[in-house]
Amino acid sequence: MTVATIFGVPMNALFGQLMLGLINGAFYAMLSLGLALIFGMLNIINFAHGALYMMGAFVAYLLLEHAGIGYWPALILAPVVVGLFGMLIERLALKPLYKLDHLYGLLFTFGLALIIEGLFREFYGSSGQVYAPPPELTGGYNLGFMYLPIYRGWVVVASVIICLGTWLLIEKTKLGSYLRAATENPALVQAFGINVPAMITLTYGLGVALAAFAGVLAAPIYSVNPLMGSNLIIVVFAVVVIGGMGSILGSVVTGFMLGLLEGLTKVFYPEASSTVIFVVMAIVLLIKPAGLFGRAS
Amino acid sequence: MKAVKLMAAMCALAAGMGAAQAQVSDDVVKIGILNDLSGPYADLAGMGSVIAARMAVEDYGGKVLGKTVEIVFADHQNKPDIASNIVNQWIDTEKVDVVSDVPTSSVALAVQEITKNKNRIHLNSTAASSDLTGSKCSPTGIHYTYDTYALANGTGTTLVKEGGDSWYFITADYAFGHALEKDTTAAVKAANGKIAGTVRHPFPGTTDFSSFLLQAQGSQAKVVAFANAGADTINSIKQAGEFGLVSGGQRLAGLLVFLSDVHSLGLKVAQGLVVTTGFYWDQNDETRAWSKKFGEKNNNRMPTMVQAGVYSSTMHYLKAVDAAKTDEAKAVVAKMKEMPINDFFAKNGKIREDGRMVHDMMLVQVKKPEESKGPYDYYKILRVIPGDEAFRPMKAEFGCPLVK
Repeated sequence: MTVATIFGVPMNALFGQLMLGLINGAFYAMLSLGLALIFGMLNIINFAHGALYMMGAFVAYLLLEHAGIGYWPALILAPVVVGLFGMLIERLALKPLYKLDHLYGLLFTFGLALIIEGLFREFYGSSGQVYAPPPELTGGYNLGFMYLPIYRGWVVVASVIICLGTWLLIEKTKLGSYLRAATENPALVQAFGINVPAMITLTYGLGVALAAFAGVLAAPIYSVNPLMGSNLIIVVFAVVVIGGMGSILGSVVTGFMLGLLEGLTKVFYPEASSTVIFVVMAIVLLIKPAGLFGRAS
Repeated sequence: MKAVKLMAAMCALAAGMGAAQAQVSDDVVKIGILNDLSGPYADLAGMGSVIAARMAVEDYGGKVLGKTVEIVFADHQNKPDIASNIVNQWIDTEKVDVVSDVPTSSVALAVQEITKNKNRIHLNSTAASSDLTGSKCSPTGIHYTYDTYALANGTGTTLVKEGGDSWYFITADYAFGHALEKDTTAAVKAANGKIAGTVRHPFPGTTDFSSFLLQAQGSQAKVVAFANAGADTINSIKQAGEFGLVSGGQRLAGLLVFLSDVHSLGLKVAQGLVVTTGFYWDQNDETRAWSKKFGEKNNNRMPTMVQAGVYSSTMHYLKAVDAAKTDEAKAVVAKMKEMPINDFFAKNGKIREDGRMVHDMMLVQVKKPEESKGPYDYYKILRVIPGDEAFRPMKAEFGCPLVK
């Protein structure tokens, strides 16, 4: 039997890896979307994003353990809970930092991430908790070139819906137009009688809710683990930098693209799979410092 | 605090007069527990190891040769450079006599070198690489609980005998993974199995193993073996289930699976795994009694083999200091090698010239959910592997210059 190959790798294997790249890209896209949103509106580099993603997964786990609330309600509830927590943080701690240098926001959110992770590690250990996928999404299909677990397929679908929805919200609705206007010139928008501080709080809450949503999606795949966010967040930052800070469409497209690239690296040179994204980041910064989709200011 | 210190000093002084011959440097015996307190290996060793060491000191009476025994600990974050800094500081300015536990083989090999050069004891329970008693052995290094050879020999040989004669490795890309893969490859080949392929994943920081699993699936090897540990093994096994490796007829081999990993995986996912371990809490009355005490201090988490090993090795060290009448590293190690180890952890355990502690290992299988009576009732003991069979024989060809 002859099998078609590309650079010595069977076609089937290649398709499989591309598919997996797309799935990982879905997580990158959702997380970098939230980051880009927050940076665009608040000018805060939200280093707590990974920890909030982890919180999303933990809230889903705790809802199941202590209240018997399953996956589907958790998919809505966890982002709401974590989003509210985010809004509280914004009101209490981030607000005084807006006028200061980026560095202060970065340091604060970084510290916040360490505290959240430390607390969860103290109570739940570092090796993680079990969270089973809902029964209707277990099992998988044989696609011929690979075995696709239904749940992973769902992740891609859910992610595309959420990313598209967020993009529509920002670009096509009235609320979105206020948000964009408030980013451009907050003083002027405020003068028109729009409550800009409330919009900012809402934006942070939305960005955080996106992270928590991704966390719930991730819970059945990875163990629900206090460190699950910190493993991912550095990559996601690289994605945002490559896509262009604050560019919403850019972060989504770049997320999926880099997922694919990482997938390919895992076939051809797996040892480099954790570094390839940073190599791309370095190259992009050299050639186009504003990022692939960013506007040079 | 001041008063406590003063009292401790006075006690030490008073006791010191009694044992005029004994020599303890700096009037304190300090044991440094160096491990991962925040990362992927924090549950299998971490604070649990510190608790185990404290229990040993407490059970020994808190003093040796009339001097206070102190436990200090630090987080090495699985990075050899950070670990080297800590150990150098411990030895140079904080008078630490023993560096203990030390998971992560790359870190352990760095610590082995420093302790050798500075004549301090390296009492390793948690690192796996058999090189610690092979080419990188040290006159002051002791490898206590298990090693990659024992794991490979126990799990590898058994699975080949059960028909798993072709193997695919998913290996953590650093010293430990390489050593485990190498030793398992040798065991598989010795049992007439063959190696279908290998893929190496970055460590630390890999959470998604699907790509590697797909490659393993494509290889059609009968056994897919994970030469990784802790959270990496948990994620690998969990995702292997998701991608249908087991339902497709492949068998999973977790080459290094700790009790904490099984707890985290849940029996539904982990059931049927064959695991080599140096200790299981529910083996007999003695192990149950100690483990119960430990569990009470450790958020009701039962001890892993390496945490039990930390207790046993700390105890053995303290006894040896008393017997040697000094805390000088080489003299204590000589005593440790001379005295047999008999406690809940090991029966007739013996530390060889190359630093290997030889004791019986166990081959266990993870229970089905319906067989388990509750949390931590996870293993069925398949067989006890006698120490001499479990560990690599001591031969000059393995590169340890201490072996003539």
